[in-house]
Amino acid sequence: MVNLKINNIAISVEEGTTVLDAAKRLNFRIPTLCNHPDLSVAGNCRVCVVEIKGARLLAASCATPVSEGMEVFTNSEKVRIARKHVVELLLSEHNSDCTKCFKNGHCELQELASEYRIGDHVFLDLVKSKDKIQDISSPSIVKDNSKCIRCQRCVRTCAELQAVSALAVVHKGNHQSISTFLNKPMNDVVCTNCGQCINRCPTGALTERNYIEEVWNAIYDPKKFVVVETAPATRVALGEDLGIDVGSRVTGKMVSALKKMGFNKVLDTDFTADLTIMEEGTELLTRLKKVIVDKDETVKLPMMTSCSPGWIKFQEHMFPGMLDNLSTCKSPQQMFGALAKTYYADKVNIKAENMVVVSIMPCTAKKFECNRPEMRDSGFKDVDYVLTTRELAMMVKQAGIDFDKLEDDHYDSILGESTGAAVIFGATGGVMEAALRTAYELVTGHEVPFTNLNIKPVRGIEGVKEASIKIKNTVPAWSFLEGVELNVAVAHGLANAKKLMESIEKGETNYHFIEIMGCPGGCIGGGGQPIPTSPEIRRKRTDAIYAEDMGMTLRKSHENPEVTEVYKDYLGAPLGHKSHELLHTHYKARKRY
Amino acid sequence: MTNTENLILDLVEKHGRERNSLMPILQGVVSQEKFLSEEAMIAIARELDLSAADVYGTASFYTFLDTVPRGKNIIRVCKTISCHMRNKDEIIGVLEDQLKIKVGETTHDKRFTLLTANCLGWCHKGPVMLVNDEVYPEVTPQKAIEIVEEFMKKNN
Repeated sequence: MVNLKINNIAISVEEGTTVLDAAKRLNFRIPTLCNHPDLSVAGNCRVCVVEIKGARLLAASCATPVSEGMEVFTNSEKVRIARKHVVELLLSEHNSDCTKCFKNGHCELQELASEYRIGDHVFLDLVKSKDKIQDISSPSIVKDNSKCIRCQRCVRTCAELQAVSALAVVHKGNHQSISTFLNKPMNDVVCTNCGQCINRCPTGALTERNYIEEVWNAIYDPKKFVVVETAPATRVALGEDLGIDVGSRVTGKMVSALKKMGFNKVLDTDFTADLTIMEEGTELLTRLKKVIVDKDETVKLPMMTSCSPGWIKFQEHMFPGMLDNLSTCKSPQQMFGALAKTYYADKVNIKAENMVVVSIMPCTAKKFECNRPEMRDSGFKDVDYVLTTRELAMMVKQAGIDFDKLEDDHYDSILGESTGAAVIFGATGGVMEAALRTAYELVTGHEVPFTNLNIKPVRGIEGVKEASIKIKNTVPAWSFLEGVELNVAVAHGLANAKKLMESIEKGETNYHFIEIMGCPGGCIGGGGQPIPTSPEIRRKRTDAIYAEDMGMTLRKSHENPEVTEVYKDYLGAPLGHKSHELLHTHYKARKRY
Repeated sequence: MTNTENLILDLVEKHGRERNSLMPILQGVVSQEKFLSEEAMIAIARELDLSAADVYGTASFYTFLDTVPRGKNIIRVCKTISCHMRNKDEIIGVLEDQLKIKVGETTHDKRFTLLTANCLGWCHKGPVMLVNDEVYPEVTPQKAIEIVEEFMKKNN
């Protein structure tokens, strides 16, 4: 243990603790900008400077480990003056168009500036390219260098968490900027659109491309029938942007708000998550049969999940040789859109061309996904607009709805019913767990051998998780699986995905089925979720997802009565002709360089 | 395979595929080709399993690792304060007249590029200019012209 004093209060902490963390234990908050709980230490923004007795210079507390006998002052005159200057200098290069900035109210620089009452430019105004040159080439991410403070959180996120490095620090000194390769447009470089950089940007330099006005216009248009679908992970996070505690489940309030905002029907992506399990589970069993019984060498294992569009684009760029391993199932969002504009449009007697499908997603890559040319199987753009959880929160505020006081409401029918297996899609391991709950029962006639259906080995925050399930007492149709040990793996965050994929590529593994989610923690940690994010916040959202699952009457996808109805009414059987047409897709190899 | 790709394969062979091989490989390409083309940066990224943005980030940090095309001979005049006080502007002026280009430009025949540089460490003998790797201290306008004329005579 190391003994030191912070603001004259003695404290003893483990060796290697930073001054910043030691101060936190004494409830002294030191402001930070470049520091982030998910990332390595950078120490470049200098707002966390503190005075250390005997030291000539102020020290960045995030990058200074404690030492024996150290005396630290976090709010001395020298510190306050320096900190104010740092913020003033950052502002002199920052385009402060706060009132129209998407990050207004969620901007760490703005918060710090108002904390220190810093307004007019004290230093020369050095904002380059004010009110111009936003990169809006990507349907998912907007990059605005005039707001960038070069803290490099995005660069570290893209490298450390996602193993992509689409963004790098280029040039130096006053020419330094955060750039893509040769400053090419975001849409033309290897970017998965995951939006993790947005989640960690302290300013408005990186934001989602927002479609709020387009959606309001559709709602106001009397000729349009606007249906909205909501992804699993949005219901455990939306509250955070509307004044409710982290980890609160706000499903009923969210449905209520959407109805009050004027959407014609409020439906659930969870419904198509259940449908995905029917299709993907059947696809897995069919692949296993083709490999084990038919010895068909063209069929690839392990099969990989295809729900996460960030992961899909990552694989298309980085592992194009393994695209045949990807499940051909569309993501639940896109299955929903394709069904909405065909089956559902008929049901509600609305012409597909008059229908607008809006989806609420924890994700920015979904915005790219809905614009893929493959996603028009209904004859129209299957999903018209994707809004992030954050954009929805902004719309709820604009609508003047007091979210906290809303009564719970229920999803409309049909395409609104779901099971606990669907809601866990929102957490890493959830698709795997949902698939196993259904596939195991289909093959054996019995429930999966885990207490309360909770397949614990695939849950949790570990980067790569593995599990094996022995298949016993099969029903006759699946007797070839008798005694087979089904090996599965789960990865979340693309850096972990890369590790897993490399070991599969080298032939070191023996998996049948793997689940990969592009974002740390799965969709609950998605690039469209409320800001900030941290391991602690993601844990609370995950707990809420599993609590939501436990609270459902039905917890297995194949028990969803609306799913049964859709197959009976329209689709026929999983992997049938209609399914193939509407619910499945193909992928394309993209260049890594 | 192009010449650039072959050059990079040779450099990778020599320096290895580690992250810390990046600098010598970048320097090797610049010494041969005078600048790092998009093609070169992509080939290096592929060989070292890095993102292209990472390679560009490293290259753009260093003034002497150019990412835009340069002439066969690169003339750099020190622009820092001591050389400035000893009339570096005059040196630049005569070179611009002689080569018919401005600072930052390359002659039409691609033989000369004129640039300025930060401190070259010859403050005691300013003004100083650098042609490729050769340092010329205490240059006068007349000397500067003669130095460049020598390079013009050499058939390169």
